[in-house]
Amino acid sequence: MCFRYIKYGTSVFLMFIIFTVICPPSSAGEKNIILATTTSTQDSGLSDVLIPLFEKKYGYFVKTIAIGSGQAIRMGMKGEADVLLIHSPEEEEKFVSEGFGINRRPIMYNDFVLVGPPSDPAKIIGTGSVVKAFRKIAESKSIFISRGDNSGTNIKERALWRQGGVKYEGERWYHESGLGMGQTLNIASEKRAYTLSDRATYITLKKRLDLTLLFEGDRLLLNPYHVIEVNPLRFPKVNKAGARAFSDFLSSKEAQSIIKVFGVDRFGQPLFFPAAPKKQKGLER
Amino acid sequence: MELILEGVLKAIKMLISLDREVLDITILSIKVSGIATAISVVIGVTTGTLIAINDFPGKKVALSLVNTAMGLPPVVVGLFVTIFLWRNGPFGFLGILYTPYAIIVAQAVIATPIVTGITVAAMQQLPKKLQLQILALGASRFQMAVILIKEAKLSLFAAVMAGFGGVISEIGASIMVGGNIKGYTRVLTTATVMETSKGNFDVAIALSIILFLLAYFINLILTYIQQKESGSR
Repeated sequence: MCFRYIKYGTSVFLMFIIFTVICPPSSAGEKNIILATTTSTQDSGLSDVLIPLFEKKYGYFVKTIAIGSGQAIRMGMKGEADVLLIHSPEEEEKFVSEGFGINRRPIMYNDFVLVGPPSDPAKIIGTGSVVKAFRKIAESKSIFISRGDNSGTNIKERALWRQGGVKYEGERWYHESGLGMGQTLNIASEKRAYTLSDRATYITLKKRLDLTLLFEGDRLLLNPYHVIEVNPLRFPKVNKAGARAFSDFLSSKEAQSIIKVFGVDRFGQPLFFPAAPKKQKGLER
Repeated sequence: MELILEGVLKAIKMLISLDREVLDITILSIKVSGIATAISVVIGVTTGTLIAINDFPGKKVALSLVNTAMGLPPVVVGLFVTIFLWRNGPFGFLGILYTPYAIIVAQAVIATPIVTGITVAAMQQLPKKLQLQILALGASRFQMAVILIKEAKLSLFAAVMAGFGGVISEIGASIMVGGNIKGYTRVLTTATVMETSKGNFDVAIALSIILFLLAYFINLILTYIQQKESGSR
């Protein structure tokens, strides 16, 4: 009777041993970096250009986890990521001031744009400010698709509603997708709805969408991206050297000049503007 | 309609030109889901046989637990595996989160109850008197289990197919524990979701066609073996 259980136990144990053996020890090693970043860097294809270059130059292996900025910050707060590349300035400042992150550096910026159906039922074309445009959407009860996922875009959008004094939560015209920017744009296009998007993702997907750029240029719509290293003093398991190397690389002249021209060949315009060495220009804060 | 056609054409193009990246993603999908299925078969068939041939208090409870677990939502598995494998989690020392090994673990957890459940059902379909007969011929209980597994082999092939089908098409766990890292943990399902959100619908359609063909051919092979076995009886 007993013998059978021993045999079963041993086989499970053996499986476990075999399993641990085939796991490469390198996966926990110092050459791996976990980068938590936003969906926009992946969906626009920028990370596919920058990261292989970094890996080749520095010999690190980057595990890119593309999630919303809010979720990325949550990962950083648990010490589950080494370095963050995100766009949610207020949360970032809090993250650093509370001691979770160090060395926050501006890397690039673009802007948010308000897109919607070409017929523009809320008549927001030509509106003086983005807050007014948001108010018009609410007043006309036109459908608005929110990311609803605590991403940088979602946080910005909620701030804009609040600034306009608009009650949006639970309203019938306000829908939350809970998805990435690309998916949300697809939904907005299908439902003939308005949504707030970062310019890079919108330009990348534009040809498949029935959405027009209806409002842009308000300085409230500035969308800066920062790199932050997760504090190694707080989380000893963080890959300190790797995170610093990645941050240095993004700030380097080489990476900045790639960011500057990224997208020009496909879309005739850049998707991001470099922000590291020089002062931000054009859209001042 | 035009889009679907475009996707089909793209799939054919990718298959013929053996697009390096797509090939790697496909191979990784087969490897990961294959190993996960193999692990689940070892654990599932053993556990299933033990449950089937033994009478013990709480057997019905155990069985209903297994049957419920057959429908474990992959995202739930993904969430718990992620929490366990976090650097600061109980198995953080392994350092396997966001590696293919993490996907294997999660998929094995998903497939094991499926294989276990089908194994129990297969064993219980064998005539009850067979057990007594085998024991009467002087076999040990371990030898009896081996013979019963051989007898139930045809149904066990179905268990393997169900397990493999469950994990190769699964996405929730793979994206959470693997992270969809390019050239490392990107499998067919996670790549499809990403390409969809990038708006590359043609590539997404192509990937799903490849996924479907893959699932079909693997099941075809397994069915062939199964039917051959059934003919030789």
